[in-house]
Amino acid sequence: MSLLRKTAAQLADALAAGETTSVEITQAHLDRIGEVDGAVHAFLHVDAEGALAQAAESDARRAAGKPASALDGVPIAVKDVLATEGLPTTCGSKILEGWVPPYDATVVKRLRAAGLPILGKTNMDEFAMGSSTEHSAYGPTHNPWDLDRIPGGSGGGSAAAVAAFEAPLALGTDTGGSIRQPGAVTGTVGVKPTYGSVSRYGLVALANSLDQVGPVTRTVLDAALLHELIGGHDPLDSTSIRESVPDLTDAVRMGATGDLTGVRVGVVKELGGDSQENEGWQDGVQARFQEAVDLMVANGAEVVEVSCPTFVHALATYYLILPAEASSNLAKFDAMRYGLRVLPEGIIDPSAEDVMRATRDAGFGDEVKRRIILGTYALSSGYYDAYYGQAQKVRTLISRDFDAAFAKADVLISPTAPTTAFKLGEKLDDPIAMYLNDLATIPANLSGVPGISVPGGLAEEDGLPVGIQILAPTMADDRVYRVGAALETLLTDTWGGPLLDRAPALEGVSR
Amino acid sequence: MSDVLVPWDDVLAAYDPALGLEVHVELNTNTKMFCGCPAVYGGEPNTQVCPTCLGLPGAMPVVNGKAIESAIRIGLALNCEIAEWCRFARKNYFYPDMPKNFQTSQYDEPICFEGWMDVEVDGENFRVEIERAHMEEDTGKSLHVGGATGRIHGADYSLVDYNRAGIPLIEIVTKPIMGAGEKAPAVARAYVSQLRDLILALGVSEARMDQGNLRADVNLSLAPKGSGGLGTRTETKNVNSFRSVERAVRYEMQRHAAVLNAGEAIFQETRHWHEDTGVTTSGRAKSDADDYRYFPEPDLVPVAPSREWVDELRGTLPENPVERRARLQADWGYTDLEMRDVVASGVLVPIEETVAAGASPQAARKWWSSELARRANDAGVDVVDLGVSPAQVAAVQALVDAKTINDKLARQVFDGLLAGEGTPEEIVAARGLAVVSDDGALGAAVDVAIAANPDVADKIRDGKVAAAGALIGAVMKEMKGQADAGRVRELILEKLS
Repeated sequence: MSLLRKTAAQLADALAAGETTSVEITQAHLDRIGEVDGAVHAFLHVDAEGALAQAAESDARRAAGKPASALDGVPIAVKDVLATEGLPTTCGSKILEGWVPPYDATVVKRLRAAGLPILGKTNMDEFAMGSSTEHSAYGPTHNPWDLDRIPGGSGGGSAAAVAAFEAPLALGTDTGGSIRQPGAVTGTVGVKPTYGSVSRYGLVALANSLDQVGPVTRTVLDAALLHELIGGHDPLDSTSIRESVPDLTDAVRMGATGDLTGVRVGVVKELGGDSQENEGWQDGVQARFQEAVDLMVANGAEVVEVSCPTFVHALATYYLILPAEASSNLAKFDAMRYGLRVLPEGIIDPSAEDVMRATRDAGFGDEVKRRIILGTYALSSGYYDAYYGQAQKVRTLISRDFDAAFAKADVLISPTAPTTAFKLGEKLDDPIAMYLNDLATIPANLSGVPGISVPGGLAEEDGLPVGIQILAPTMADDRVYRVGAALETLLTDTWGGPLLDRAPALEGVSR
Repeated sequence: MSDVLVPWDDVLAAYDPALGLEVHVELNTNTKMFCGCPAVYGGEPNTQVCPTCLGLPGAMPVVNGKAIESAIRIGLALNCEIAEWCRFARKNYFYPDMPKNFQTSQYDEPICFEGWMDVEVDGENFRVEIERAHMEEDTGKSLHVGGATGRIHGADYSLVDYNRAGIPLIEIVTKPIMGAGEKAPAVARAYVSQLRDLILALGVSEARMDQGNLRADVNLSLAPKGSGGLGTRTETKNVNSFRSVERAVRYEMQRHAAVLNAGEAIFQETRHWHEDTGVTTSGRAKSDADDYRYFPEPDLVPVAPSREWVDELRGTLPENPVERRARLQADWGYTDLEMRDVVASGVLVPIEETVAAGASPQAARKWWSSELARRANDAGVDVVDLGVSPAQVAAVQALVDAKTINDKLARQVFDGLLAGEGTPEEIVAARGLAVVSDDGALGAAVDVAIAANPDVADKIRDGKVAAAGALIGAVMKEMKGQADAGRVRELILEKLS
């Protein structure tokens, strides 16, 4: 098997057995990026020199018998929303073009300490606002399954890089589904950990109360290995939970047997689980989802139907809280200290405000401006109670629905996204249609619970990947891994191999 | 353009003033409010900064526990309730010296609320009610280069120093202070001055107004006399000394009255105080509709001080100011009048420190309440900002007690101290100020004086000892003031007995 096709766990084993080196692995991935990324455009910045230098250091540690971690030497791609010292960090925006942070995000610091060479920074919707990566100021990423289709978003770059074998691992961030939905539409695994269980320090905030960093991988085990490495308390993040992450790789091992005896699986009526009310849910997605549920039942799971009535308000709630927080977060981009600076035309002696205005006009894309306007409005005096205040109350109700559902079920299950990957440009002029793609993923962010998307097969009508989402209660991340690993094992057996083996090879593609 | 002012007595005849004071106290914590940068005054511009206080993308705040402790102690000392649970909020507005373009502050959930402080004015206690005391971070500091005024308008360019950005502040807001009438300026001054004493006693801030550790904004409105209502207010900023607080209140009262007498409405706005000219000028319009789009800071968890901790902090409070003033007056043996002067001129703390450094209470009062207060008044600064420390005053008095110098020479030592000439001892040596008590030199000068004033000498010989003063004066003049007056008197009486 080529180095590119190995999972991170397999690469770690090969490194430990002395069968290969980090430099070989890293070079192989850099070569693959050189070969296919012109067509996929998963990366905004590739740091070949830095990655190879880190790989050489990793090999030196191995040679000395002192690897820094189980994944020492396995390269990784990092979403461009995470601060990386010495590497450009643009968040997919023109307003940060050329900005090189003087510090590392905590998760990046942990990657470096664990010896993972950083291949580069991956593409994303501008400031993580979007579900297709088409809102990147640097051009869209293409889905490796069909280059005319979107890779999901906002973390389309990380998912596509992993799906196209340009990187064995990647980091993403999930505010309303930005890890899970790209995972679903690219046939990869994406995990949104419990809010507060992975440090956000150095994550350029979209919506602080919703954002969470998480793994983007090809297998559930790889996700667990990466999650254990980046998780845990961080004194630099006040919202960071003090309790340590449960043993995730252990949970994967338990789940990988495929045995789900005694596990209560809740099918959420409002998240595509109602066969009577299936408007907006693609047939092929529902078929694969039903198949997954049947398979779990066949292997010992007990299925219960649960209803979370407030979930129908999740999208509206999300689109008040997110823009409100984002409008404030994005105020700092004012051309005074870093990033883009545009002098207004036709003003002889521009004031600081004139420069701020011209810079923000030129530096932000339409979707960002749209959400700044929405958020500014929602927070305005006289509207605060009706919008932001009300949204916070609904948020509490959504958490209560989760609590009630988790009283009946150990995990909740749904399709990750209502459709497979749509065509580039298809929903660009219809923001609401774009927002609806995150219908099933948003409730988890509003209440903070962990979730995973695992590949669920291909939809019959278009042959594109479908994702299955598994949600668990706060701090029960081990449950999503256990059930996710079980479903992965069972489905992979029915397919006779990993789903990604069926994706186009992309060799020799060019655009 | 100068404002029309109404004579003071006419203001009082027609209007009741309502005062409101907002005082910002810069805490003396080692580190900033939300990051580990040093929170010290001075330093090369932009050297005490990090991703968090520079507001770099991705950086996050962490609350300084010591700042919360200081906030609670201030609240307790002001007889406030301490919130069981409160949050920080973002105050959103754009300004170049605000790294994030929002200030992390507190909005509708202040950590301290509903308190009071008794301030002494003319020997009587006046109760000032405290609405709230909340925590927030300071902004950076803009320096506008070029232009005539040093203000942003007309400047060639501006520089921003972010060393100050993120330094913890406590903002203490009073409720409207009604019923002070003619004493409104004095009440305002006494409140700020006695609040400063309290802050110093708590040890939570350097509390120097001249360095901006303590900054006062003065809200003022007038209502027709006896109406019991509240008029439209103005908020005067940049009031950087106790005397300016007093002057600014008086000025705004006279200005408001002129506007109202002319049948016009007060324009709700921020006004700037000008220390040099003693006037306020119009700043930006400020209305209650200013929309800062406050919302709870999502990057910080709520602050929930346990009742046990609050009680523990209550145990660390300094003495209640009213009791403290009574105790000090008794200890020092001051008359009521003396004590009132001391409190009014804001020298209670310096006197206490001077006594602690070894001077007698009367001597300490003598220097602070008269000599130094006069100099401060001439210089247009508060006496505590004059530049003479309690330790120096005690050292000067020690020289007087040792008869090395006398009171008159001591004044020259203060000249030297203010000119930065070194310690009192060094100044006495360098300026040659030591009193001459050598009998040889004094005796010769006494002989000269007797010879020059035979009539006076005769009177003394006849037993009119009181006449010796004239001869002493002549000797002192001869000796340029550097004679031990007591010894001179003895020598004169010996020689003429």
